[in-house]
Amino acid sequence: MASLGIVKEVKRPKPLSTNSAIAYATKDLDVDVVSAYPITPQTTVVEKIADFIANGELDAEMIHVESEHSALSAAIGAAATGARTFTATASQGLALMHEILHIASGMRTPIVMSVAMRALSAPISIWNDHSDVMNARDSSWIIYFVSSAQEAYDTIIQAFKLAEDSEILLPVMVSYDGYVMSHTIEPVITEERDDVLKFAPKRPFSYRLDPDKPVTMGPIADPNWFYEIKYQQVIAMEKALVKAREIDEEFKKTFGRGYGIYECFMCDDAEALIVAKTSYATTLKTILPRMWEKGYKVGLLRLRLYRPFPVEDFKNILDKVNAILVIDRAISYGAPLQGPLAMEFSSLISREDLNLNLTSVVAGIGQRRMIDSDFENLVKLAWESRTKKFDKTIFYGVRT
Amino acid sequence: MSSELPGASELVIGGIITKPGNSLEYKTGDWRVLKPVIDQEKCVRCRLCWIYCPDAAIIEVEEEYTNKKGRKYKISYKVNYDYCKGCGICAEECPVNAIEMVPEYEKKR
Repeated sequence: MASLGIVKEVKRPKPLSTNSAIAYATKDLDVDVVSAYPITPQTTVVEKIADFIANGELDAEMIHVESEHSALSAAIGAAATGARTFTATASQGLALMHEILHIASGMRTPIVMSVAMRALSAPISIWNDHSDVMNARDSSWIIYFVSSAQEAYDTIIQAFKLAEDSEILLPVMVSYDGYVMSHTIEPVITEERDDVLKFAPKRPFSYRLDPDKPVTMGPIADPNWFYEIKYQQVIAMEKALVKAREIDEEFKKTFGRGYGIYECFMCDDAEALIVAKTSYATTLKTILPRMWEKGYKVGLLRLRLYRPFPVEDFKNILDKVNAILVIDRAISYGAPLQGPLAMEFSSLISREDLNLNLTSVVAGIGQRRMIDSDFENLVKLAWESRTKKFDKTIFYGVRT
Repeated sequence: MSSELPGASELVIGGIITKPGNSLEYKTGDWRVLKPVIDQEKCVRCRLCWIYCPDAAIIEVEEEYTNKKGRKYKISYKVNYDYCKGCGICAEECPVNAIEMVPEYEKKR
């Protein structure tokens, strides 16, 4: 035991789904207010938090609301008073929040929200893809994509530290795959609340609603003022890129686990890269070593921090390869490239005058099955794209 | 005008207003196209304009006025042009047509 001062107690992992891991993170962060509405596949996050509150393990206010629109509105009110505030949603819930997403960021309320990503209706799909979060990418929220239950737990902690930083004060979304991650049990090491709070102490917003020091939040801003207030968000986003990296490094020093704001797997000597996120990145990590043995020198660029976009880092990585293949799990209908992430990489390539081929692949829409052999096909396609240009977005696995 | 206003780095974030009661500093009068002008000679001091003004921009002042017929009034009505938005309700409601809405700016030829 630690009290003997000789052997530090070995941390034993708990078997947790990503949803449960997130609930544990909010408990260990001692959140004050949780305002949420149940939606598949997010529901078990807030169910678990409700358990913690009922069992006296977490002293927080759980606000039961009638919709996600209200869930985020209540969260804004709570965060405005200086409370550490959390919410969780998915799919239609995130879409219903859309109006309020912009208000949360515009009012600079440091809310953290987990999103168990799910396709958007119609037709109705309860299964996983990334159309919900990609639809919300311009809402001035900091967006993380995480790849494991452990990373989800750790990122929620990092997210609160980032959101509540006085230089940032932007809300943060931590997104992961619905079902594939939300309901899959993995070993997760959780930390002591004291240690977590030491790492991410509560720093109430300096302009919070306080009867002794009255302020007005969310007023009207006429054309003489609105632009500057939105520009402040641009600056905060730029600062968040630096801060997110620092926080991850500090997290690694404190808890021994770090991820970087992105991950480059088998990138050394790679001639082509696949850009992927969440569970697809994890699957690719198991495929790539054996593909290298067969001569396919393809690396993986795993996206973790999506907003702000690590432009400079990606530029340096892309500069060393002949081709990238970007996997999108959302469709930007009618766009020049129908893969929204592919479009961002395309603009990065042309803006930085990089000389490489970009292939846009849409896959896994509505959780269309993607197994090892499919990823092997994509690795081969990425390899082929070094010398062959695919001008149009490839809709992988669709029956035409 | 906008170059005289503070820049993004000088403003409190999120448009937060830290000083209560500062709406007085927001002069809404510059929205006006037509401005009400009260003819003190015609005005019968009925107070209807004061009652109807949605912006409380009609002010009652203790200023004596004697009209040409020799009638003496102890008060007068004036317009606070800092906040009058020029809606014209006062002119519409005035029972003796003592308020005229005149263009704020002369037409330039």
